[in-house]
Parts: sequence; structure tokens; C-alpha cells
Amino acid sequence: MKKLSARRRHPLAAVVVLLLALAATGGLYAAFAPASKAQADETAQSLAIDEGKKLYSVGCASCHGTGGQGTTDGPSLVGVGSAAVDFQVGTGRMPAQQPGAQVPKKKVIYSQAQIDQLAAYVASLGAGPITPNKSQVSPDGADIAKGGDLFRSNCAQCHNFTGEGGALSNGKYAPSLEGVDPKHIYEAMQTGPQSMPSFPDTTMPEQQKRDIIAYIQTVNSGQSENPGGLKLGGLGPVSEGLFAWVFGLGALIAVAIWVAAHTAKAKKS
Amino acid sequence: MSTATDTQRKAPAGERVADWADGRLGIYSLAKANMRKIFPDHWSFMLGEIALYSFIIIILTGVYLTLFFEPSMSEVVYHGSYEPMQGIRMSAAYASTLDISFDVRGGLLVRQIHHWAALIFLAGMFVHMMRVFFTGAFRKPREINWLFGFLLFVLGMFTGFTGYSLPDDLLSGTGVRFTQGAILSMPIVGTYISMFLFGGEFPGHDFVGRFYSIHILLLPGIMLGLLVAHLILVFYHKHTQFAGPGRTNKNVVGMPLMPVYMAKAGGFFFLVFGIIAIIAAIATINPIWNIGPYRPDQVSTGAQPDWYMGFAEGLIRVMPGWEINLWGHTLVLGVFIPLMAFGLVLGIIAVYPFVESWITGDKREHHILDRPRNAPTRTAFGVAWITEYVVVFIGGANDLWATHFHLSLNAISWFVRIFIFVGPVIAFVVTRRICLGLQRRDKEKVLHGRESGIIKRLPHGEFVEIHEPLGPEQLHTLTAHEQYKPVEIGPTVDENGVERKVSALQKLRARLSKGYFGENNQIAKPTAEEYKEITSGHGHH
Repeated sequence: MKKLSARRRHPLAAVVVLLLALAATGGLYAAFAPASKAQADETAQSLAIDEGKKLYSVGCASCHGTGGQGTTDGPSLVGVGSAAVDFQVGTGRMPAQQPGAQVPKKKVIYSQAQIDQLAAYVASLGAGPITPNKSQVSPDGADIAKGGDLFRSNCAQCHNFTGEGGALSNGKYAPSLEGVDPKHIYEAMQTGPQSMPSFPDTTMPEQQKRDIIAYIQTVNSGQSENPGGLKLGGLGPVSEGLFAWVFGLGALIAVAIWVAAHTAKAKKS
Repeated sequence: MSTATDTQRKAPAGERVADWADGRLGIYSLAKANMRKIFPDHWSFMLGEIALYSFIIIILTGVYLTLFFEPSMSEVVYHGSYEPMQGIRMSAAYASTLDISFDVRGGLLVRQIHHWAALIFLAGMFVHMMRVFFTGAFRKPREINWLFGFLLFVLGMFTGFTGYSLPDDLLSGTGVRFTQGAILSMPIVGTYISMFLFGGEFPGHDFVGRFYSIHILLLPGIMLGLLVAHLILVFYHKHTQFAGPGRTNKNVVGMPLMPVYMAKAGGFFFLVFGIIAIIAAIATINPIWNIGPYRPDQVSTGAQPDWYMGFAEGLIRVMPGWEINLWGHTLVLGVFIPLMAFGLVLGIIAVYPFVESWITGDKREHHILDRPRNAPTRTAFGVAWITEYVVVFIGGANDLWATHFHLSLNAISWFVRIFIFVGPVIAFVVTRRICLGLQRRDKEKVLHGRESGIIKRLPHGEFVEIHEPLGPEQLHTLTAHEQYKPVEIGPTVDENGVERKVSALQKLRARLSKGYFGENNQIAKPTAEEYKEITSGHGHH
């Protein structure tokens, strides 16, 4: 020990310590780092990331920063995962048209292949929710009734009983779920876009998400049955009241005017 | 009629039946007195009939629903034919409503007729009440009948509320919770009333059964009694009529009940039933299968009551959440103030006839209706009241305004908070101006005739429009209304210099009266002298 402590003030000591520390870190990393993904996939994946980065630089970087670190105009994308990209870009919400209370759904401007490349790039920035595959979002074999119960417990307070949508504060809103791709519903629950809370698998397992998707598909899609006739927007008593006043009372008053106008007349001689 | 003395002839079957009934019920004199009763013709006199017939339709369909509805909150697991509810726990009330909708023959149609008819019943009463208000038909001798009608409206609101609460679905359960909250906000008695009504903590296991008795027995029973009294009074007072030639305060010009109005009213009943049935057949109302069973831990957005309670919803929605905490007690002003405002706004319209007769000092009977323009202050007050109602109504659906018109929910709430106070004032001023303008136009028409649209060029080049004089019928109609003089307090000091005491109430009355009938508050109608002078040929202008 005496030799070491004697040379501790040697001009090169700091350099030696630094080298040793670097070697230790590097060695440890090499030993413990997760094995890289399937070797065969690597080139395709890195290609997608490269392409995605190019798309990102053109379409996203102005708000989210050149490295996805976020700016004052847009949040950081580190750790949002590919599911968030697939939802936001796949529903046309991103790229955003203008700042405002909420970014609305609009025409999708990227192809699914481009969206996947963007997703791959953003996913490479940090681990996050992964885009689900077809079987994960399929409503086949799911419990519709359970889904309805879960929907009323977790979703209806913003999205209405059957997912017709509803208002939030200051111009924000919960959008209608009618005709939304099951994949996007799943991703929204997984990532919690905009005002929506997220429901990761730890709080809502995959099976429950599929139940909810199955419920929405049953009660609010193009194929949904409406046993009572016209659903009047599915908005409840407000649209019913409007209908009763305009068409119900309106028709009855029109008939009353007609009846009153056709009165018995004295015979003309 | 007295051909029965001819014993040789066998009387026709109808006559024999009538004779038989008269011998036992004494209906002849009753029929004689009432069958030829005259009713005047005007479409607006049929608005009350819409309400009456929808009430009958509600009773008929309601009886059918009671055959299948189970007013019980005992918990069952659903195994009926609606798939998205399979295996869900719910109350027997909700399950039996699902059964009525999906498994009872004609159940869904009858449910929908019942509910649509209820919305139209209340809407019919509302417009009927407005017709009575704006034409001044509530004046002596009809003030009591006005109150009966008002009570029918309020009881109708609560019958509707207890009715849509029965299925114990998530939407109506939220409404019941809302009501319980309003009850709890009452100082001192609130908690006791709540515990009494729900048989313990909300929701308990009792309210569906209790609401059921109230909905099918208590309230409809009272309403039926009031309705009969309302109609008896209409018969007794005879119907009002609009002014016109040959129509006085002492007669009724129209058609007899038998056969004209029997046919018209009977036919109109079927028309009302038909239209409501068509609506019920094409449009869903209260799809409880989509709404789900009530659970206190669940709630949906867009949770509004039926339209007639939307007013209460609006008051609560726009009220800031104020509360006062004193000595360990909480006074929830955020709910209590709306509750008071609810009673106040409804109460104002109920007592209006008495206030107006106090202001005018008019104790005479009135059977000739006012045209709304000829009572500008009353009309303006009525429009202000409707404006208040509608503004609050907007607040009740603030979320749907927000989503459908891309507005901020908060902005709508602030709009309502301001316009609750400002809206009626603007409406009052504007309506009165419009009424006075219309009165001026009437005066102009009487004195100068109707604009013919024919333009004449005079020899010196001036263009004038030819006015055609009105016929005597129109002249009468436009000038038949009487105009009041404001109540004067008179000199407060008599000839001996002794001061007379004038109470604050009297002063208020004089001021209000001036507001009604003062100089700038009605347009003096043309006098016969004015008319003669102008029509005698001196200066057409």
C-alpha cells in the first residue's frame, strides 16, 4: 500500500485512475448489457430507424426537437413508445395543424409504412408502449358484457355511455369512439393521449382492453343494432327533448292548425 | 225532441238507450245544459288538448307497463336476450325494464310511446300555459284555474322525474343522486328528509318501490283530480275568445260541443295518438340497454334529465361551488341557491295573475283575450321569463353545446352566468319596444288604411303609395282592446293642509302601474274623432 499511496500525487495518477474506471465501466457494460435483438432483424430495424429519423426531421422536429427531446411547442418523445406514434400519426392528430385546446383527428397524411418507420425511430429514443399486433386488439371471443361494465367504470365519464364523446374543460373534449380502429382504441388506452389518462397493462390487462373494444364495436359501430329506431345521436335526454319539441310538438301544432282551419261552415244557399 | 209522446211509433234504439240512462242517471238535463256548449275556434285553443290527450295516452300505456315492471331493487343476474348485458348484476327493476324492451310483446313500443308522450305532455302544457299567459286568459275569473294548470305542470315534472327514475339505470340513478344532493343542501331538514325518503343512506333498497307508488298512484291521482277540476272550470267559466265583430265579454261565438267539437276533439285525440305512436316507432327514447344498470361508483358524461328538468340541471351546472362552513356545519350554497332559484322562477309565473290584478286594480271579469302587443309590459315580462328559462336551459346542456358548436365549456358557463341576469332585461326592453311598435302600426293601419303596394305618381311628380281603408271588421278587431289608466296616488295633502299617509306599498303599486300604463308604455289607440277627421278627406298623408 505504501508504494501506491506514495505515487498518488504523481502527475499521471489521475489519468491512470480514469483509464481504470473507463475499463471497468466498459467491461461491466459488455458483461451485463442486454443481448442485442435478433441479429437478422438488425439491419431492417436500423434501416427503419434511419428512414424514420429522416421523416421525423421533416415533419416532427420543429416542435418535438431534433432529437425528440421536446421544445416549448411540443412534449419530449423519449419513452412514449411506438404505440403512441402509431396512434397520434395513424389517426391524423400528428403532425398537428395548429396549437389549440386540443389537437383534433384529421386526414392521415403518412402511409402505414412511413408511420411504422417514424414509430421505430421514436421507439429507439427510449423504451415505451409497443404497437399492438392484430390478435391483441381483436374483439373475437372477448366478454362484451364485462367490457360494458369496464367501459362504464373507466371511460363513460368522458366518452358517454356508448362512446359518443363528451366535453372537457376549456374547449378540450373526449372524442367520439364511433368507427375508431380497434388498434387505435387499444393504443389510446395504453398511452393516454392528450387529456386521456393511460391504462397500462398493470392497471388494465390486455384481456380487459379487448373486452372494452368488443363492447364499443357492439354498441357503437356501423353494424350496431338500434332496437328502438333512430338513435338521435345517442346523446340522451337533450337530443330527445329537442326531438320532442321540434318534431313531436311541431307536428302536433301543425295538425292543430289544420284541424282549426277546417271548421264546420254554415251551408251556403 | 219530445216526439216520445207519439206512442204509436217505436222509438229508435239510440233514443231508448238515452231514455233508459236518463231515468237512472238524470243525464238529460246535464246533457241539455252542456251538449250545446259553444267553443270558439282558434288553433291556439287546442294546445291544452295536446296536453290532455297525451296525458290519456300516458295513462293507457302506463297501465300496460305496470303489468310487466318489477318495482324492486333486489339484485339479480341478467340472463335475458340482450347480449351486452349477459351476466351483469342489476336490480330487478332494471332487469324487468330490459325484459319489457326485448322480451315483452310490444313492450319497447309501448315504453317509447309512454316516454315520448310524457315529453310531449309537458311541452304541450308549457305552450298551453304560455298561450294563456300572453293572451291574458288568466285574468278574473280564471286565476284559480291558472293555479290548477300551474300545479299540473309542476306535478307533471315530478311525475316524469319519478317515472324515468324507475328503471334504475345509470342515467336516472345519477339524476336521483342529483336530487338527493339537492335535498341534502337544505339546511337542518335536508339530511332527515334524505334519510326518510331513501330509507337510510343513498341509494338503499327502497327508493324504486317508493317512487313507483308515487309515480303510478299518488301523483297521477292528484293530477287526474286537478285535471277534472281544470276542465270543469273551463266549462263553468266558458272559453275565452279573441276580440272580433259580434264578440263581447258576455257571449261566446263559435261552434257547439255537440256535434262539431265532439268530432273535432275526438278526431284530434286520434291524431295526437297517431303522431306520438309514429314518433315512438321511429325514434329511440331512453335506451336503458345502452345506459347500463345503476351503480353509485359509475357515471357517464352527458348525464342530463328529461327536458322539463333541464332547467334545474342548468342552475346547478352554472352555479359556482360556494359553501359556508360554520360551527361544524356546512351550508352548500352551490346547490342550495339553485334549489331556491328553481322554486322562485317557477313561483313567479304562478303568482303573476294576482300581481297583475293588484297593479291594475282591475276586479272585472275578462272573457275577451288580449292580443299580446296590447299588453306590452305583460308580454315583455313573459318573454323575459322564457328567456331566463332558455338561458338556464342552455347551461343544462353546456357540454353538448361545447362539443357540437366547438366552444369552450367554461365560456358557455360564463355566458349563462351573465345572461341569467342580463338576458331577461334585454328581452324585456326589446319585447316592449316591439309591442309598442306593433301598436303604432295598428294605429297607423286604422287611421290610414292598409298599404296596397300601388304607387301613384301625382301631377307634380310626387310618388305616393295608395292606402286602402280597412273594413269595419278589421277596424273593430284592431280597436276593441281597452286601455287602462295608471293608478294614481292622488294629492297627498288635502284642502285643509293635512297630510295623508301613503304606504310604501301604495307607492310601489302606483309606480308599477305607471310602468304598465303610463304615457310611454302604451300607444293611445285611435279615437273615433281622429278616424273621422282623417277619413273625411282632409289631407291624406
